Amino acid sequence: MSMFRRHPAEPLEQATVPWLLACAVATTAPHVEHQPHWLMAIAGLALALRTGLWIARRRLPSRWLLSLLVVAGTVAIWFEYRTIFGRDAGVALLVLFMALKPLEMATRRDAMVLIMLGLFLLLTHYFYSQSIPTGIWLIAATTLETATMIRLFGGAQPPALIVRRAGMLLLQAVPFMLVLFLLFPRVNGPLWGLPQDAHSSRSGLPDTITPGSISDLVLNGNIAFRARFDGAPLPNASLYWRGPVMDEFDGRAWRPLRLANPSPPQVDVRGQAIDYEITLEAHQQRWLLALDAPVALPDGALLTARLQAFAREPVRQRARFRFSSAPDFRFGLDESKQMLSAALRLPRQGNEQARALADGWRRKHTTPDAIAAEALQLFRREAFIYTLQPPLLGDDSIDQFLFETRRGFCEHYASAFVFLMRAAGVPARIVAGYQGGETNPVDGYVVVRQSDAHAWAEIWTAERGWQRVDPTAAIAPSRVEEGIATALPAGEPLPVMARLDLDWLRQLRFRWEAVNNRWNQWVLGYNPDRQRELLQDLGLGDIDWRGMTALLAALSGLILLAIVGWALWQRPRHDAAQRLWLNYCKRLAKAGIPRAPWEGPQDFADRVARERPEHAAAVRAAAEAYAAARYGPPDPQALALLAAATRWRAH
Amino acid sequence: MQASRLTLRLQQWIFRLSRDDTLPIVLGQRRIFILPTGAGYLFAVVLAVMLLGAINYTLSLGHALVFLLAGLGLAAMVHTFRNLLGIAITPGRAVPVHAGDVARFPMHLRNAREEARRALGFSFAGGEECFVDLPANGNARIDVPCPAPRRGRLDPGRLTLATRYPLGLFRAWSYPYPPLTCLVYPAPIRRPLPPPVAVDDPGLARGDAGHEDFAGLRPHTPSDPPRHVAWKAVARNPAAWPLLVKHFAGGAGEELWLAWDLLADAPDDETRLSVLTGWVLAAEQAGIAYGLALPGVAFPPANGPAHQERCLEALALHDSGSLHEHVPQAPR
Repeated sequence: MSMFRRHPAEPLEQATVPWLLACAVATTAPHVEHQPHWLMAIAGLALALRTGLWIARRRLPSRWLLSLLVVAGTVAIWFEYRTIFGRDAGVALLVLFMALKPLEMATRRDAMVLIMLGLFLLLTHYFYSQSIPTGIWLIAATTLETATMIRLFGGAQPPALIVRRAGMLLLQAVPFMLVLFLLFPRVNGPLWGLPQDAHSSRSGLPDTITPGSISDLVLNGNIAFRARFDGAPLPNASLYWRGPVMDEFDGRAWRPLRLANPSPPQVDVRGQAIDYEITLEAHQQRWLLALDAPVALPDGALLTARLQAFAREPVRQRARFRFSSAPDFRFGLDESKQMLSAALRLPRQGNEQARALADGWRRKHTTPDAIAAEALQLFRREAFIYTLQPPLLGDDSIDQFLFETRRGFCEHYASAFVFLMRAAGVPARIVAGYQGGETNPVDGYVVVRQSDAHAWAEIWTAERGWQRVDPTAAIAPSRVEEGIATALPAGEPLPVMARLDLDWLRQLRFRWEAVNNRWNQWVLGYNPDRQRELLQDLGLGDIDWRGMTALLAALSGLILLAIVGWALWQRPRHDAAQRLWLNYCKRLAKAGIPRAPWEGPQDFADRVARERPEHAAAVRAAAEAYAAARYGPPDPQALALLAAATRWRAH
Repeated sequence: MQASRLTLRLQQWIFRLSRDDTLPIVLGQRRIFILPTGAGYLFAVVLAVMLLGAINYTLSLGHALVFLLAGLGLAAMVHTFRNLLGIAITPGRAVPVHAGDVARFPMHLRNAREEARRALGFSFAGGEECFVDLPANGNARIDVPCPAPRRGRLDPGRLTLATRYPLGLFRAWSYPYPPLTCLVYPAPIRRPLPPPVAVDDPGLARGDAGHEDFAGLRPHTPSDPPRHVAWKAVARNPAAWPLLVKHFAGGAGEELWLAWDLLADAPDDETRLSVLTGWVLAAEQAGIAYGLALPGVAFPPANGPAHQERCLEALALHDSGSLHEHVPQAPR
């Protein structure tokens, strides 16, 4: 009945404890970044205590005490997160269990539970990061877990050998992983509602614009999105990636106006459209940052009345979007009254100087274009400075900026410009987004960072509809043509990534980012669409999930078969002594002294002595050496003696 | 007991249990079986939950991790199986034991592969499992224990060779069934030796010892005068039991006969055999020549390991029909 026999609880070998503790550390340590410090401190203490008990060979604390600790820890986690079911709270619980489990680890079964807990914890790291370093760390941790299992079930061996064996096992698992990864039918998650805290906030464009809201972002070197053009990339100066459009001003902040019943935008495309794909990092907002004016949108996206491409759901994880945009277009020629009146509205009072100035322009010029040109002329003519560190502004921020400080960043210029336009009776609004980007020469992707965040203006004229006016281009043209790094005065702080002086660093960064991008595109971004693309490339265009499952099963079976084949295939091996002897016999046979297959060494020597006495001594010596090496007591010399005795050649 | 017989027949059919008559027994793939262990099932459940998590949170690397671990499980399965495959087992001769002791059956293992095999567990049904590692291209020997509760010939039944190496997720096992037997002597009961009997003079049926000629040493009996105790011999081996006395032959020849008939008062035959066994051991230890007389068989007085073995074997196999087998749960 041993098939169904329950194994008695096998006590844990003391020598396996360090392995298990190493597993616990390797799987919990990276959570330091995301878990409350008190929890990590408790975990550290518990693991240190267990290590101490192991070194001193002391008994483990009572279960009773441990249960108390678990309850206390769970309550504390509840106080921290106000739930124990969320994502972060769940991870916290796992960390707690992982830290306390070693304290009650007495049998091999306990050890296996700890290992499974560790595997689970490994998965939770991906909630926070799926970068290449995380992947490498996890491979190392998985190897460690595997090695620990080998140590548990294989007894004492040199650690290096165990780790090597674990590595070999994992290597053999890689083909399965590849096949499963590529062919396992992918489902677009989530399967059920995600907990509230599933997506932590990430930086990105703000949805209101105040002085300083963009310049704060500019110091952030993180990548906002990447774009790949099917053809040649557009010049930097044309890369205006449209984000939120703001048309309501309260004297200080600009924000989007909620429209009662928006109408679809009227876009009149002229000329060729360009195709490109954007890989957008998660920003928790719905806007998609297309180039003006999008003519073809990805599935699930829509175009608003303000020409913004919006996703139906906030972008909660990195995602790819394919666009087609026409750079030459007319937009909003017969804009709704509602929209136009919103684009003229100003607070009742405040910023009187600016209003007066604009009034003057309205009287002086007849066309909105002329008024806009006058405003840009103002920025160029007067001593305006483009800077990341503008002075703080008070209540009448526009007046203060225009007539006193004259130092500002793009949002100051855009804001002042739009104010002046509205005051002069020209419908105008602010557009936030990104401008420019950097082409990575390694893979050709245009990388757009948070530091490329920008704000510009749009004015409306009856002849041409909405058109872009970038006041920043007037004051610092190089910002638009070459990027932020050249436009700022020397000595201003810049994100390291945007600095131009460290060329080698830039080269290194280009490479690293290209690798990361590839990783993002093909490993992390491997979704149902990518899977379909790949299968199409393999000539399996219209395969459904059933076919995919069958293919998957067949390939996995094939790999398993290969491994089993390797396992079953055993070369008829001769040991060294046998090899020497058989070689020797072969040479004798060539010299006319064949050994019958059934003849043992002794019999053979006897027969040679009878039939070919001249070789008797040599053959006898070889036979004896062979017998000693093969059947005698272990003797390191025996093989050498045999080698010497069989060194015979036919003369 | 109908059910258990059915189980036995089922096992016999599934596992193709039959005696292995050709030695060495080489484990081929058809006689190695493999199933997941509890840990293996736990592993599968953990992977399933992890996969759900990875899908729900759209963790591409989570998918990769789960798939890597699944592949690891499959690879481990093959390796567990392979850990047994091709082992050559040659049983050795088991040293006889006394009833109530644990018999140990030596197994000589040969590994022709250039790779060590680890954590091979050997056990008999009802016996303890013991483990051995088999070096690359080398040999090993393991003594597999099997309790021997009764005298006679012990047949431990089929051997179970199992392994969970490398990861403990699977257990592969095989049932080598080599012809094994171990002689089990009766459990000894220590009683004072009976007095020797004179053989030449029928008048001295329970003849006294003489006083003239030193004839050797024999175990002490309560009637021995203290001056006859061989103190020198005792001093050489203080643990000796019982005390030895110098035995003097006085004219008449005397022989120590350990006879079945001396124990007519014993409650049953097994006790008789046990007492006789105790006597044989004591006499052999004391170096006295002794004869053994059982119904239907008698060994004339002699001494030495060969004689002792003969006597003990006779005691072990006495009136047991042919073989007294201890075959716990082994199928016929």
